[in-house]
Amino acid sequence: MALAAVAPDVLLPRPFAITRYVRDTHDTFTIELEPADGGGPITFEPGQFNMLYAMGVGEVPISISGDPAKPEKLVHTIRAVGPVTKAMQAMGKGDMIGVRGPYGSAWPMETARGNDLLVIAGGIGLAPLRPAIYWGLAHRQELGRLVILYGTRTPHDMLFRKELEKWRGRLDVSVRVTVDRAEPGWKGNVGVVTTLIPRAGFDPVDVVALVCGPEVMMRFCARELVNHGVSPDRIFLSQERNMKCGVGLCGRCQYGPTFVCKDGPVFSYERVSPLLGKREL
Amino acid sequence: METLERILREHKFFRDLEPQHIELLVGCASNVRFSEGEFICREGDEATQFFLIRAGSVALEINTHDRGPLVVQTLGEGDILGWSWLIWPYKWHFDARCLDLVRAIALDATCLRTKCEADHHLGYEILKRFGHVVVERLEATRLQLLDVYRVTP
Repeated sequence: MALAAVAPDVLLPRPFAITRYVRDTHDTFTIELEPADGGGPITFEPGQFNMLYAMGVGEVPISISGDPAKPEKLVHTIRAVGPVTKAMQAMGKGDMIGVRGPYGSAWPMETARGNDLLVIAGGIGLAPLRPAIYWGLAHRQELGRLVILYGTRTPHDMLFRKELEKWRGRLDVSVRVTVDRAEPGWKGNVGVVTTLIPRAGFDPVDVVALVCGPEVMMRFCARELVNHGVSPDRIFLSQERNMKCGVGLCGRCQYGPTFVCKDGPVFSYERVSPLLGKREL
Repeated sequence: METLERILREHKFFRDLEPQHIELLVGCASNVRFSEGEFICREGDEATQFFLIRAGSVALEINTHDRGPLVVQTLGEGDILGWSWLIWPYKWHFDARCLDLVRAIALDATCLRTKCEADHHLGYEILKRFGHVVVERLEATRLQLLDVYRVTP
C-alpha cells in the first residue's frame, strides 16, 4: 500500500464508551461499545479486527466478535495477557476506549453459499469466528450443513458456553466441543480438536472450512482437512502477529511476502501453507 | 439387510480389504452393546478383543490415587477401541468406560491373531491399519501435551 493512499484519519482512534461488560472466563471478557463522538457505528465483515486503545497504556489488535448484522453493538472478546488487555480487563461500563478500524481481510462468507460451512475454533479463536457463525445462522437456508467444532484447554476455559448450548440445541446445526484436559464432572468429549474432524460429517468437496486458534492447532487442522479430501483453497485460517499500525505501513506484522494486518488476518491455506511452521517467521 | 459382513466391509477401517479377508474377519466378529457407566475393559487386563464403535461414546481413563479417574480421550462413532490385542503382552493400557449406551462390533483377539499368523497378507493389512490408529493417537497425545491454548503473554 502506498503511503499516499492512506487516509489521514486511518490512524486516529475514535472514542467509544463501554456499554456492557461480561466476564467470560477467568481471563477472558467481552465488551460492547458505542461511539461517543456522535459518529455512526463501525460496520464490518466477519473476521475483521479493530485496533483498541486503552488511554495512556497502548493499543492492541482485537477481532470483532459480534454480529455483523448488528454493527450498532460493537463487540470485542479479549483475553487479558499483556498490559493493554489487562488495563481493559479492569475497566467497566461507562469507561472509554479508543477504536480505529475495521481492518484486514474477512472470512469468505459468500464462497460458503451453497456449500457446507465448517467452523473449527480453538480456545479464544472462537471469538473471531463468532461473526461468521452469526452469518451462517442468518443465512442458514443458503448453506448445506453447518458444523461447528470447538476445542479448548479445559471446561473451565470454554468461551460462549450458553451460546454453544443454544446452537447445539438447533436441529440444523451440528456442534461438537472437546477439551484437552477434563475436569471432574465433565461429561463431554476429551481430546484435541483435530480428532473431531473425521466425525464432523461434512462433504469434503463442497465445504468451506474456517479455522482459528493457536497456529499449531490450525496447522494440524488444515492438514487433517486435506487428508480428508478438502482442497487447500477451501480452507481459511486467521493468522495472528504483533501489529502496530494496522494498515500495512510499519511492517511489524510482516509474514513472508505479506502483512497480516492488511493482507490478512484471514488467509487461504493454499496461500500460507508454505509459511506455516517456518521458524523465525 | 444389516449384516456383520456389510458393516465390516463398509467401515472405513476395513475399506478396500479383499473380500476373502472380510469373510475371515466376520468369523471373529460379534455384535455387542454396553450400558452407560459400564467398563468395556480395565487397565492391566488381558486384551482379548478390540471394538469398532458404532454408536455412543467411550472415555479412555486412567485411575490416579489422588485425583481419581482422569479421562485422556473420548472415542465415538466410527472409532476403533483397542490396539493392545495386537502387540505383546496383550494387556489393556487404559480403562474404557461407556459414557452412554454403546453399540459396537467386537473382534476376538485370539481368533484374529491366529488368522493373521496363517495369512500374512491379512496380518500385514491389519498391522498397517492399526499402525495408523496408533500414530493418530500418538499425534493427538503430543498435541495435547503441547498445551496449545496456554496463555503466553
